[in-house]
Amino acid sequence: MTIAFPPQTSSSPPGLQPEGWLRYLSFSLDHKVIGLQYMVAGFFFYLVGGALAGMIRVELVSPISDFISRETYNEVLTLHGTVMIFLWIVPVVNGAFGNYLIPFYVGARDMAFPRLNAVAFWLIPPAGFLLIASYFIAGAAQSGWTAYPPLSLTTPAAGQVVWILSVLLLGGSSIFGGINFIATVLKMRRPGLKLMQLPMYCWAMLGTSILVVLSTPVLAGTLVLLSFDIIAHTGFFNPALGGNAVVYQHLFWFYSHPAVYIMVLPAFGLVSEILPVHARKPLFGYTTMVYSILGIVFLGLIVWAHHMFTSATPPWMRLFFTIATAFIAVPTGIKFFNWLATLWGGKIALNSAMLFSCAFIIHFVFGGITGVALAQVPFDIHVHDTYFVVGHFHYVVYGGTVFVIFGSIYHWFPKFTGRMLNEDLGRFHFLITFIGFNLCFAPQHWLGLNGMPRRVAEYDPQFTLMNQISSVGALLMAVSTLPFLINVFWSAFSGRVAGDNPWNALTPEWLTSSPPPVENWKGEAPLVQHPYGYGVTPGQIDLGAATGREIWSSGQ
Amino acid sequence: MALVLTGLWIGQNVELLPVAASLNAPIYDQLFKVLFSIGSILFIGIFGLLLFSLIRFRRRDGETGDGAAVEGNLQLEIFWTAIPAIVVLFVGIYSYDIYDRMGGMVPLSDPHSMHGAAMAPQASDGSAGAVIQASVLGTPPEPSKRIWGGIGSGQISAGPALPVEVTALQFAFLFHYPQGDITSGELHVQKGQPVELRMEARDVIHAFWVPEFRLKQDIIPGQPTLLTFTPIKAGSYPIICAELCGPYHGGMRSTVVVHEPDEFATWFEKNNTATVAIAPSTSSTG
Ligand code: HEM
Ligand SMILES: [Cu+2]
Ligand SMILES: [Cu+2]
Repeated sequence: MTIAFPPQTSSSPPGLQPEGWLRYLSFSLDHKVIGLQYMVAGFFFYLVGGALAGMIRVELVSPISDFISRETYNEVLTLHGTVMIFLWIVPVVNGAFGNYLIPFYVGARDMAFPRLNAVAFWLIPPAGFLLIASYFIAGAAQSGWTAYPPLSLTTPAAGQVVWILSVLLLGGSSIFGGINFIATVLKMRRPGLKLMQLPMYCWAMLGTSILVVLSTPVLAGTLVLLSFDIIAHTGFFNPALGGNAVVYQHLFWFYSHPAVYIMVLPAFGLVSEILPVHARKPLFGYTTMVYSILGIVFLGLIVWAHHMFTSATPPWMRLFFTIATAFIAVPTGIKFFNWLATLWGGKIALNSAMLFSCAFIIHFVFGGITGVALAQVPFDIHVHDTYFVVGHFHYVVYGGTVFVIFGSIYHWFPKFTGRMLNEDLGRFHFLITFIGFNLCFAPQHWLGLNGMPRRVAEYDPQFTLMNQISSVGALLMAVSTLPFLINVFWSAFSGRVAGDNPWNALTPEWLTSSPPPVENWKGEAPLVQHPYGYGVTPGQIDLGAATGREIWSSGQ
Repeated sequence: MALVLTGLWIGQNVELLPVAASLNAPIYDQLFKVLFSIGSILFIGIFGLLLFSLIRFRRRDGETGDGAAVEGNLQLEIFWTAIPAIVVLFVGIYSYDIYDRMGGMVPLSDPHSMHGAAMAPQASDGSAGAVIQASVLGTPPEPSKRIWGGIGSGQISAGPALPVEVTALQFAFLFHYPQGDITSGELHVQKGQPVELRMEARDVIHAFWVPEFRLKQDIIPGQPTLLTFTPIKAGSYPIICAELCGPYHGGMRSTVVVHEPDEFATWFEKNNTATVAIAPSTSSTG
């Protein structure tokens, strides 16, 4: 491990890499630049996906299909799902925070493969624009983000093929990122830093990247076969040509169930970083947290068929996948109780980062409970493919992951820019997002239970009121991005100057200037063996200005 | 304690489901009540705990110190590994029992049970599973004629079943009654008599869903699928396609009319076009 500190490339010939803000538009190899590139690009696509969601909710204000044509509606819902998953959540919780934080956490000056890293990012904008352009040029795909054949074989081919191409590019980007994270966490650690001393986010990213590397290639292969079916009229998944449509579903969900953990495990990791800092307590139960991440990774790989309980799956298979799925609640439960214990007895700062993180806990517990219910075959056969499922996964994906992304931005913004975000605007942002979100998605559970299927442009008039409530919630959510955007732009230029470590945090990214220098630390990287060493031991006197136990030392 | 009672009260008294109109719907509703109660207890408990912590342990003005340096507590952690494990185990066993009572564990039928003599015993009593299994063992199904099953209600239906052939296509359901050679856009069935839907999809995947029956089954092209149920409450209920199937997916709906027995006979006679009329309620063929 002598290669851990290559002499910094700052001595490389000047002028090849742009300086200043232009760096963010360049093929930069700096993990911090790449992280922020992911973040900004991801947020752009979040706004696109949000506009699409807005179109859906406007259409559903009335029970008849009157706002956009039915074909357009299906294009919109397909694009919405694809954009939100592959261009917002996955790139941001993995790419943005992963790239920014992981090298700090392992005490390295960059990721293991900086060039691969830049390539991974630069696959995203073209893939995203390709996808969106397909809507304007040939008409986008219409078969949902799941693209089940035979429907995806019979809807207009051009849009579907572009969709496949775009998802393949994004999958490639995700795989490159995953390989990079695994290598960085395992091989780039500062000498003397043990795996079990890493901040929890590293473990989360390790687990996530394992899932990415194991399951994304399966999706890629499946989509290639699907494109053969569309272009070359092969019959892999086409029953009319002797193929089997259910096989596609198995292969698709073999990726796409792990994908939900690819979207949420990093969020678990981020929350594990935020809570101890703002509660001034060590992360409770580090070891069990690590094992539960590994448990989730393992179980996450063997539960995919819970998406297929009504697809003529044999009884034994339904039973197996019910049990495996329900058992994911065990490692997940451990993590939640550990977080609650982290908060218990702390000195909790009720700032925006903390509020978003706590809302995440509430929403995810709710979504987890509906998830365990959905795992029960007899329960699922009624609500599968209804708005109940839409409610479930928005509670975990939006109420969970997206809330964590916002909380993380409030937490790390001072690190990114050297300035604080405005807290009052932040709490206001939290309040309307929280109300809007719950107003939007809670009623959808009732809709599903009572007979509203998902992915429809028209519905039974008895559901009008609930849909309108839901749309009002969506409007609030849309409005809530305004205070956030104002806050970010205003604070970036004239926010309160943060200082290097405004939260008195102990994790390594705070033990350098804000924003950090290109080489992360002037001088040698600190060796942080107790990233959560907060707290006073009973009996110790609280010295007014305590910063927690400073157990890090620079150098060995 | 109060928490448990509140949760139970919510689970038992908050009505979120539409009317229960098939034999397996009340069974479903039992499961729903149990899940809802447990879910409420857990959710309110965790929500309360979090809210309490946020208020009780909030940082007050001027406070700059840290909390206690507690890094973990193995006993506590084992305790809260056990809670979800036990809950999940209980829920799993209970829902297995529910699934079994709905007839979900009856092995998928083979061509013989579809067309042959095995039909009648299947619908007759609680030994349905055994009978079908025997016929499967006796004659291995030809793969090409394999029939796929939804939740079979073999064990909970009584009397001979009314066979109906269902064709799902973009964007409608067609119902054909082989016994009377009736073709209809609506499904008419008789209260108390088991119905056996033999479903096929023409083009893409559709799904047959009747919320009041708590039943849903995908209809996949190339896979003839069997779905049995017994309606128990007269009335008209929506049939909804639940799998995205194209632009008019949202409009792919129909109605199932559950008649009182005499009413049904009238309807059947009126529409019967078969030369030999067979009153379905007394039918012995299958
Ligand atoms: C305790 C954990 C969870 C359990 C037991 C669970 C269970 C389930 C089940 C059984 C379904 C299938 C419902 C159906 O289609 O009929 C489902 C759907 C879904 N879940 Fe979860 N889930 C859990 C957590 C999550 C998480 C963490 C995410 C993402 C961050 C997630 C995202 C989704 C999505 C996106 C779908 C719908 C996919 C689709 O059909 O488009 N779930 N979940
Ligand atoms: Cu899943
Ligand atoms: Cu349909």
